[in-house]
Amino acid sequence: MSENKKVIGEIKELLTHNAKSYMMYAALLVIMIVFQIWTGGLFFTAGNISNLFNQAAYVAVLAIGMTLILILKHIDLSVGYVAGLSGAVAAILMEKAGVNVWLAILIVLAMGLVIGFIQGSIVTKIGVPAFVTTLAGMFIFRGLLTRSLSGTGTIVIDDPAYKALCQGFIPDIPGNTSGIHIVTMIIGVLLVAAIVAGQVKARNNKIKYGFQVTSFPVFVMGMAAVSVVILIVCWMLACYRGIPVSAVIVGVILAAYSFMLSKTRLGRYIYGIGGNEQAAELSGVDVKKVTLFAFVSMSVLAAVAGILYSSRLSSATPTAGNAFEMDAIASSYIGGTAVSGGVGKVTNAIVGTFVIMSLTNGMNLMGIDISYQYIVKGIIFIIAVAFDIRSRKIMNN
Amino acid sequence: MEQDHILEMRHITKEFPGVKALNDVNFKVKRGEIHCLVGENGAGKSTLMKVLSGVWKYGTYTGDIVYDGEVRKFTGIADSEKAGIAIIYQELALFPELPIYENIFFGHEILKGKQIDWNETVVQAKEVLKKVRLNVDPSMKLERLNTGNRQLVEIAKALSKKCRLIIFDEPTSSLNEDDSENLLNLMRELKESGVTCIMISHKLREVTAIADTITVLRDGSTICSLDAKTDDISEANIIKHMVGRTITDIYPKRPGSAPGDIMLSVKDLSVENTATGHKSLRKVSMNVRRGEIVGIQGLMGAGRSTLARTIFGHTDGHRITGGEITMDGKKAMFASPQDAIDHGLAYVSEDRKGNGLILMQDIKSNITFANLKALAEGLSINDAKEVQEAERYKEDLNIKAPSVEQKTESLSGGNQQKVQIAKWLFTEPKVLILDEPTRGIDVGAKYEIYTIMNRLVEQGMSIIMISSELPEVLGMSDRIYVMSEGSITGELSAKEATEEKIMKMAVNA
Repeated sequence: MSENKKVIGEIKELLTHNAKSYMMYAALLVIMIVFQIWTGGLFFTAGNISNLFNQAAYVAVLAIGMTLILILKHIDLSVGYVAGLSGAVAAILMEKAGVNVWLAILIVLAMGLVIGFIQGSIVTKIGVPAFVTTLAGMFIFRGLLTRSLSGTGTIVIDDPAYKALCQGFIPDIPGNTSGIHIVTMIIGVLLVAAIVAGQVKARNNKIKYGFQVTSFPVFVMGMAAVSVVILIVCWMLACYRGIPVSAVIVGVILAAYSFMLSKTRLGRYIYGIGGNEQAAELSGVDVKKVTLFAFVSMSVLAAVAGILYSSRLSSATPTAGNAFEMDAIASSYIGGTAVSGGVGKVTNAIVGTFVIMSLTNGMNLMGIDISYQYIVKGIIFIIAVAFDIRSRKIMNN
Repeated sequence: MEQDHILEMRHITKEFPGVKALNDVNFKVKRGEIHCLVGENGAGKSTLMKVLSGVWKYGTYTGDIVYDGEVRKFTGIADSEKAGIAIIYQELALFPELPIYENIFFGHEILKGKQIDWNETVVQAKEVLKKVRLNVDPSMKLERLNTGNRQLVEIAKALSKKCRLIIFDEPTSSLNEDDSENLLNLMRELKESGVTCIMISHKLREVTAIADTITVLRDGSTICSLDAKTDDISEANIIKHMVGRTITDIYPKRPGSAPGDIMLSVKDLSVENTATGHKSLRKVSMNVRRGEIVGIQGLMGAGRSTLARTIFGHTDGHRITGGEITMDGKKAMFASPQDAIDHGLAYVSEDRKGNGLILMQDIKSNITFANLKALAEGLSINDAKEVQEAERYKEDLNIKAPSVEQKTESLSGGNQQKVQIAKWLFTEPKVLILDEPTRGIDVGAKYEIYTIMNRLVEQGMSIIMISSELPEVLGMSDRIYVMSEGSITGELSAKEATEEKIMKMAVNA
């Protein structure tokens, strides 16, 4: 009995101390359940979950890059039209110039790199605030996007490999007729194993150095919950057509950035600059170089987002890119990136993306007009950030 | 006849967390006099004036302010200004982009109905400018005036508000000799016209030249008030009152060993501010040997931190115009802090919250931040090793915290300072520059930091210690350089140095 009470007490304490991060997951869960009910069970279907992944992919990629920028106390408003332009250039190269699909993608990524380098240099070398620099970029890339498609209008993309990026699914073992996507289940199990192994190792390390850790039952419950969620999603996807390619692309980028931020020197420097720029500079950090890197990475990721978006629509349109930056910035903030910089996680930014995109997806299913969608998203966004700032203040007192 | 006092501050006590900045201070100012307030850095002069002008509101201090015969409870600057008290700050509170007349009447605009009466504003601006003898077109932008004239505009602003008591906080610290002389003359004229002046100043020559009364503060207490007519107001006597303290054994002894070879040497280093052209350092020469603590003393603005930062490769708006720095016999003009760190130099900043620590991060991240290279394993950082190293320093320097994952913002000043020192020791420096190593920390933590310093020099490290606290410089240094206005004005060995000698060199204006 008393053992049970202790565990419950610990969970309570955990919930109050981490209210902020749990709040985000809780919000996501509530949104999903509400839509499941309101849409009469349409939301939680394998088809719609696959669709949600594809819909959310480009915002997720942008949110990852944006999180770095926001930690550094900058902002990038140009990402939407950089993405739009990237999709258009890819389409023109493939459909009009007959360039090979992979070469076209490479060229587009290189273009993103150059754009990021120019904008980042203006911010760091000349000292124009990022808000102004990228606002100018927003104008310019919007113009370039319209210009590039002015002769042709919307270009339809036929290349199957390109379309598969954000419409396709990972291949299964040849000859599998069971109706269950085996590779998906294998990936699911491996993912669970990797997460559990990682967490166990981290916990043992903490115990070794005498840090406070959650008690064993609570730890097991947490791990079990995470594992169950992953396995259920994989099962649903396996019963349908498997894991979407877009989810794999986002997963790889997420893993790379998460590793970079938490495990490498560059990541430490980014948090350090965001936390106290002068201290970082006096500690020998090349603040300009690190900032420049963040802008380059942002624009390259914007190019990736543009490719994913045009792949999903099988076309490049002059309106692509409109308001992408809004979703990306909102995702990152909903995911707990501090408005005052120095704090933020890319994994949480992805959760933020799913909050925003579940709203879009669910409201689309319900046939709610786009005008209301914006209003609802805005309200959820401001509540999330207000809650974040509030709980930060409470934690500090 | 009873003396007529315009101001009496009685039993003023003001505490900050951990420090008593003012301790039962009594301060009386006669109507129509020039009253100078002197004392070492941190003696409480500025705090006292902030209490008077309402920056520290009524209720945040104890004691009474009696002004013009009434007890006043000021709740802000606007409040004290209404009563007729103005304060002229070191950093001028003006708007360079606005015309002079707008600057003068900013915040108390002349209205006609609901609108600003610009014509009347200009007329009145001309009048007050005449009073401060500044002969310029009031519609000129303020930015076209030099520092001295801007100060006159600030005084004009005070006069336009009909202020009867004007406080000058280090008014001549950034002025050249002619402008300083001008300002002192103006103060005399103001006195003639019935305005009472309080001047805070480090420049004792000016103080003795102009003061009717001199009040000396030391460690947050009033030491004495000297009347220029009846008391001895020689510089020597003032200095005696300013320092008059005996060094107790708050400085741990270290076995005196002969210092080694010259580790770092600066020769004829000159530096100027790129924006203002102000010469921040003039032909500074100094050196530090292996296993030696060299103290650099000087008053605020003497150029001590600029010297340290220039050596550290962080020029920050300054340009080196001449001279040479060598380290270990090799040329060492470092282009960036990274360059300096790589060559074995470390700089513990004087402002640990502003540009020393990353307060939102934990102890271990702060300690390892300047030398993450040492923890790198391929691409990634070895987290386990990071914890080990941080734990080692936590133990070594006795950083009091439940774990190295404690955020630094929740630590006391002394422990924050130890984290800062740990951070730089982790870079394994040969020369450690400590800028105000014990500012704002309690006596116990100070002792610990002194002990750490002694241990480091015994291991052969060289330490340059910049400090405003005279006893600390005397207690810890093997050798002392004194700076004043960007120059080294003297070098003393630990044996020959006394507080009086250092002060004389430091106020050498």
